[in-house]
Parts: sequence; structure tokens; C-alpha cells
Amino acid sequence: MQRTYEIMFIVRPDILDEDLDKLIAGLEGNITQGGGSIKSLEKLGRRKLAYTVKKFNDGNYVLLTILADGSLVGEIERRLRVSEPVIKFISVRMDEEEKRVAKIKAIRATRKKLSAQPAAAPAAPVEAAPAPAPAAEAASA
Amino acid sequence: MADEISTPSAPSTSRSEGSGPGSSGPGGRPPAGRPSGPGGGGRKFFRRKKVCKFCVEKIDAIHYRDVRLLQQFVAERGKIVPRRLTGVCTTHQRGLARAIKQARNIALLPFAARY
Repeated sequence: MQRTYEIMFIVRPDILDEDLDKLIAGLEGNITQGGGSIKSLEKLGRRKLAYTVKKFNDGNYVLLTILADGSLVGEIERRLRVSEPVIKFISVRMDEEEKRVAKIKAIRATRKKLSAQPAAAPAAPVEAAPAPAPAAEAASA
Repeated sequence: MADEISTPSAPSTSRSEGSGPGSSGPGGRPPAGRPSGPGGGGRKFFRRKKVCKFCVEKIDAIHYRDVRLLQQFVAERGKIVPRRLTGVCTTHQRGLARAIKQARNIALLPFAARY
């Protein structure tokens, strides 16, 4: 069962850029090998942490949105826990939330149509009105 | 604490202003005749009806990533502000609490602000 997950992790701030890229590439390889797929990858950059983690006060935030099985997410979490430069991570399941939001949006869209229809009706005569005017001018001339 | 109370109720200003002059304007009726008086005890000052920010602004998903939004509902020391102060509805308060807790976990919000 493939589900959408969002994995956010913090990498220690003193890591080099190429090492960070290597780490992310390794993680991507793990995901694709495990049968998952990456929807988006976003490096949120360096940010101040709200509290000290492993004696660090800032961290490089990386956000990863993936489509994967539950077991694969467990495996990725294990890898993140083991990998030394990663100081904190969180994985959140998103599909239910997305479904709920889509439902609300759909309901709202149907409601909007009802309110939009009376507004559209008066708009049509206004557009039709200028058309007879040139005809009247032509008749007078 | 005053900040948290005033910010979420700010969007309601326009709404309550609309009903305020309308009820007192014609004939200058005594306040006792007002149909929906809040509380009942405080006749002198009119307590503005608090409205849910998420319902009014139509924010569907409360995500743990938007710290700006979540910070409005966190007190100075990092506590989640109760519903009775912010006016957030039950459904959204539940989602909000979850988002704040997730944000705390990933060090976007503090568990307890240090002094």
C-alpha cells in the first residue's frame, strides 16, 4: 500500500555542501530501491533551532515528500537514526490529510457555483448593451 | 498574553462593528433589549464575539511547517494557548495542537522557552 509521507530531517550545521548532497543522494537511492518514489525534495536551508539538539543551535533542514510503503518508511527512519550527521527527523503521513482537504475544497467549489450564478446573470446584459448602441448611431447617421 | 488574545480576534473587528451600531442606532434601545448579550453580567462593555481564525480565513490544512501561523497560538513560554482565549473552534484546535506538537518535535517551536 503506497502512501504519501513527508520526512523532514535536520542535518548538523558544520557539514559540507557536497557531503549533504551525498547524504541526500544515498537516501534517494534507498527509497527508489525499496520500491518507493520521490515526489519532491526541498532543502530549506540553515535555520535556528528552537532548542539545543546535540549541542547544536542551528541546523540544515531538508524536506522530502515520498510515496512509499509503511515498511519502507520504517527502514528510512532506521537509516536516519543510524546516520551520524542527521540530528533529528520526523516522518508524517500526509495522504489522509490531503484527502480531507481535497474533500473540503470540493464541497466549497460546489457552494461557490451557486453563489456565482446570480452574479454571472447580470453581467451578461451589460455585455449585450453596448452592441445595440453602434446600431443606433448608424441609424441616426 | 494580551498579544495572543488580540491577534486572533482581529479579523472579527469588521464583523462586530457591523452589528454594533445597527442594534444601538435605531431608537437608542437599552442594552437589555439586545437579543444575544454575551455573558449577561457585563453590561458596561461589549465583549466581542471571538471567531475561529481558520474558519474565517478558510485555512484547511494546519501544517507543522508554517511556524508563523503556529506561533500565533503559542504563548510566550511555548505553551499552547487554550481555545477559550483564542476563539479557535474545536476541530481546528485539535489540528492545531497536533501541528504544534509536531513542530516542537522537529525543533521549529520550543517545548519551553528559556529565560
